Amino acid sequence: METIANSVFDSEEQQHAAIQRLSYAFELQRRDFLKALGGGVLVCLAVKNAVTQESGHTQHAASDEDLPNSIAAWLHVSDDGTVTVFTGKVEIGQNIRTSLSQQIAEELRVPLSSVQLTMADTELTPFDMGTFGSRTTPIMGRQLRTVAVAARNLLIDMAAPQLHADRSTLVAADGKVRDPKSNRAISYGELTKGQQLTRVIGDDPPETPLSEWHIAGASAPKVDSHAFVTGQHKYTPDLVRPGMLYGKILRPAAFHANLVSLDTSEAEKLAGVKVVRDGEFVGAVAPDEYAATRAVQALRAKWNSPPQISDSQLFEHLKNKSEQGSGERNLHVTGDVQRGFAAAHKTVNKTYTVAYIAHCPLEPRAAVAEWNADKLTVWTGTQRPFGVQEELATAFRIAKEKVRVIVPDTGAAYGGKHMGDAAVEAARLAKATGKPVKLVWTREEEFTWSYFRTAGVIDVKAAATTDGKIIAWEFHNYNSGPAGIGTPYDIPNHHIQFHAADSPLRQGSYRGLAATANHFVRESAMDELAHELAIDPLELRLKNLTDPRLRAVLEAAAKKFGWGKEKSSAARGFGIAGGVEKGGYVATCAEVEITPSREVRITRVVEAFECGAIVNPGGLRNQIEGSIVQAIGGALFEAIRFENGRILNPHFAQYRVPRFSDTPQIEVEMLDRKDLPSAGAGETPIVGLAPAVGNAIFAATGIRLRSLPMIPQGLPQAHPTEA
Amino acid sequence: MAIPLLVNGTEHRVDAPSGEALLTVLRDRLGLTGTKYGCGEGQCGACTVLLDGKPVRSCRLALGTASQKKITTIEGLAQGEHLHPVQETFLRAEAFQCAYCTSGMIMSAVALLDKNPHPSSQEIIRHMDGNICRCGTYPRILAAIRDAALRNR
Repeated sequence: METIANSVFDSEEQQHAAIQRLSYAFELQRRDFLKALGGGVLVCLAVKNAVTQESGHTQHAASDEDLPNSIAAWLHVSDDGTVTVFTGKVEIGQNIRTSLSQQIAEELRVPLSSVQLTMADTELTPFDMGTFGSRTTPIMGRQLRTVAVAARNLLIDMAAPQLHADRSTLVAADGKVRDPKSNRAISYGELTKGQQLTRVIGDDPPETPLSEWHIAGASAPKVDSHAFVTGQHKYTPDLVRPGMLYGKILRPAAFHANLVSLDTSEAEKLAGVKVVRDGEFVGAVAPDEYAATRAVQALRAKWNSPPQISDSQLFEHLKNKSEQGSGERNLHVTGDVQRGFAAAHKTVNKTYTVAYIAHCPLEPRAAVAEWNADKLTVWTGTQRPFGVQEELATAFRIAKEKVRVIVPDTGAAYGGKHMGDAAVEAARLAKATGKPVKLVWTREEEFTWSYFRTAGVIDVKAAATTDGKIIAWEFHNYNSGPAGIGTPYDIPNHHIQFHAADSPLRQGSYRGLAATANHFVRESAMDELAHELAIDPLELRLKNLTDPRLRAVLEAAAKKFGWGKEKSSAARGFGIAGGVEKGGYVATCAEVEITPSREVRITRVVEAFECGAIVNPGGLRNQIEGSIVQAIGGALFEAIRFENGRILNPHFAQYRVPRFSDTPQIEVEMLDRKDLPSAGAGETPIVGLAPAVGNAIFAATGIRLRSLPMIPQGLPQAHPTEA
Repeated sequence: MAIPLLVNGTEHRVDAPSGEALLTVLRDRLGLTGTKYGCGEGQCGACTVLLDGKPVRSCRLALGTASQKKITTIEGLAQGEHLHPVQETFLRAEAFQCAYCTSGMIMSAVALLDKNPHPSSQEIIRHMDGNICRCGTYPRILAAIRDAALRNR
């Protein structure tokens, strides 16, 4: 039976990553680059097309003059044995600095401590589209392993004549090449000493089977942990440049407002303050942040803002202002749903809604910008360093080669840092003052001027025969997005469609994209159907499911949770949900407690997760636990409220995020599949919590909550329409 | 004119308006950037430092008020290479992801354990509830604090 791959709905990342490059010519500053690295061995992985076109060879030694323009990854072994690897990916707390290093150490046969990653610097690292979509592990991990294997083979080649041995008998281990016969060994550092050797590869040499991993596949402590617990790590807001000034931006009174008048006289009286105006852009710089803040407060501006949609009109608006056509890209149809519904015995037909929510990374958007003559350098926390490079080049009408973007390991993003707003603003202020400028958004700016996770309306209609066979499924998602919109269940007739709509607020990526919304609706509707049919919700799922990987996580979670051992009561409810997204399989069981005063507390969550071969079990567990906690906010109480172009709750005092006291007992079951390639895991573990909790609340109270967040004002009284 | 400020055992003289937040004084004038800005509203705890041993939100505290008091920041916890026990247990539990909240979490936890060496789980949660970890590492942070408390026995 066909289940829906999300490939037909692959447009979501394109929608959100507004600036994407289809082709590029990466200008490697070859001589400078090699000079900076010093001697040693440099191995480059060419982008496949480029190599086949250029040479027809899959592997060849290159001089520093004929490196291809397009390189996917590179690795350098210096004459002290240090391995430096360059990747355009960013570290935002998901711990890829560690997990990628592990994979390199594994294939190069060196201790983890000798691997250094240079990440996300447009001048030093190969082009990368961005760190999103759970792609780092499956794609970048594989590329870096490929480069490391090639480097290891090259080092063995180099060792053979020195050890007077047949290369096929040599073994690489612990940073050395060893001849087991003579037991003589030569270290990588000795091998590369005095060398300046470049090797370009274009093919994948055989990798170490995942079942034989030693360094990868085991937990490794997070790289740089010591700097984090001592406060020594420098995030973007911590950076200082010589002569640096502090910037603040004057924000419009509402979205889409026009500046009618501006009086800068009071602000300009403040010592050291310079006001910068360029069209609608207004900011101030000062020698310290206190003065910059006071300067912006002293600006007298009048704004004219158009009337805008408010949150009370949101869902009606999204549905009315949506694509209604059946564009093939966003539509998937199998069988005949109308005939399926006609033949069914039980039907569920409901509308669900999902609110906008904010990412709230604790490190706000920030940038330090510095001009040196016509060259711009910007340090900023972004998931798309090369995208931001292009934004800056466009904003200042300069060649992107004149722009360098460097991303320090960043205080989280969750999909919220795709754009370079703070970078462009800081660069504009720096250009006006001729000095480096630091700009750190306030929390209120974060809540207002960044973008939000999509809101949406989702209509679902599901039908089954009395024996619990689901025979028809209709699903329409308005605006929230196509990620995870399919169904993993074996349903002969379905119509699944995403309708793009006019969003009144600026919206974009969020951890898991719309998979959270779509899983919430699908798995809640499954629960509704199970109750209509009086079939256990787990049993209904298994009855309609052949995918062995999803069955395995559902069964693992149910077993660990003790599903079915205790019946839900008015004081305690149990719920289950499952799903597949971005190569990860998840099942979540939740227990909620309803207090006599009708407070809802999530008391226990069990989640089983499988993403192929696990690279770093400790890191993966951390991601799963964190996803569960973060998911609680969007499930229960997070919602951006807005009225006529203004955000009504742009503070943590008004916008509730999960805290210690909201955290349930969490138990994680990780299924390690060494026989399957590793998928990313930063996103999918977030999707199961909301429906599992909603289903548990229903099991206890009989109240079906069909809006995310479910209980922003506490548990409602039972719907009059509910049984 | 300059305002005296005692931070991590060192006496500084700060030439800044007395109304400026202690947070920006520490970060921008003394270069102690381990203390973080998270919200500027005392709602997230990322800027937590100790003022005469008590946890305070440095974003909401004026320089003038902090003067004459003993201030401890994350940079002042370790004795040379020797980490504070709470730093050690955070490391061991890997009680962070992006770690932007970590300084504030550690400072809040240190204040709790200094006052109450053997807190119950409920007491830990109540004390720490003003600190946000958006990455959701609360279970690990709780484990790290419990572990540090055990070392007090």
